[in-house]
Amino acid sequence: MTELRLYMAQRLTALIMAPLVIGHIAVMIYAVQGGLSAGEILGRTRGSLFWALFYGSFVAAVSIHATIGIRTILSEWAGLRGTLLNGVCIGLCAVLLVMGGRAVMAVTFA
Amino acid sequence: MPDEHRTAATRPASNEAATLAVYVWRGDAGGGAEQRFDVPKQDSQTVLDVVTWIQQQADASLTYRFACRVGMCGSCAMMVNDEPRWTCRTHVERVASDGELHIAPLRNLPVIKDLVTDMDPFFDKWVKAEAVHHPSAGRADGFAAVTPDDPQRIEASAGIECINCAICYAACDTVAGNPDYLGPAALQRAWTLYNDSRDGGGDAILDAVSQSGGCHSCHSMGSCSHYCPNDLDPMGAIAGLKLATTKRFFGRGKGGGRS
Repeated sequence: MTELRLYMAQRLTALIMAPLVIGHIAVMIYAVQGGLSAGEILGRTRGSLFWALFYGSFVAAVSIHATIGIRTILSEWAGLRGTLLNGVCIGLCAVLLVMGGRAVMAVTFA
Repeated sequence: MPDEHRTAATRPASNEAATLAVYVWRGDAGGGAEQRFDVPKQDSQTVLDVVTWIQQQADASLTYRFACRVGMCGSCAMMVNDEPRWTCRTHVERVASDGELHIAPLRNLPVIKDLVTDMDPFFDKWVKAEAVHHPSAGRADGFAAVTPDDPQRIEASAGIECINCAICYAACDTVAGNPDYLGPAALQRAWTLYNDSRDGGGDAILDAVSQSGGCHSCHSMGSCSHYCPNDLDPMGAIAGLKLATTKRFFGRGKGGGRS
């Protein structure tokens, strides 16, 4: 049943990402209208719980979604199986979570 | 295919080159190579005719498999110019490239000898997918009423003409990349039984196709439906299984897991 759980997790994270991607792009288009600077972005995002949750959930969903996709590629194209496959994927998921989490912390915590 | 229905009398007298260059893969599980045979061209010649001519006229040691010769038994499938085909119903003039044919054993299956593959992995996976009948009534019960226009029956009927030729299995790139993948034919059979009102194994089928290598491994590339010689749609059947397992996952299945 692991296969089914991974399948569901990948689809559910896609459902979470869809509105976040649209929101991300829409805000980008809106925000660049008056010129864009690091100060302007940080002024909007620092100390904002909303943007911390918005990009925090984005990072979590991407880390899970991407890892499951890469797991399939590693299995079918590189022939990884079993513990090695799962170990590599848990590591990859952790790297994505840590890197994304650091980026979110950097722009949302003052 | 209008070309295939033309009679010899109306067919243009082409045949400038009177022979076909046929490259047949010869070997066994340990390896092999192509061997060239020059085979006389004939009108309405099928690829199976070509292989039979070689075996009868040129090299009696050539090993291949066939039975009915009319597209019903599913035993003569081979790779023809790198594509899986039922050779008894494939006309040479439709597939020969520059007067050449390359004939090889089916992809994704172990070779026994020459053009004969070991079909055991293919059929073992039918059982693994629970693509077997699960009786829901005994001999004392009356006949089950099967309504042809019932939507569930229409789903079941869509897949019943499978002749187990393994062409979809040979065409599938997911099978090539994942030896555990059950494959299009087994999953389509599971979907057919899942929709058969006389089959009592709905949940067992969904459990079986949810295991590692089950329906969720399919990438919907569609080679199975593209190459199926009977124009069946295994990819659509697999999509049905994905939907049924998803519904059950969220507790929306009913009546033995069926929806």
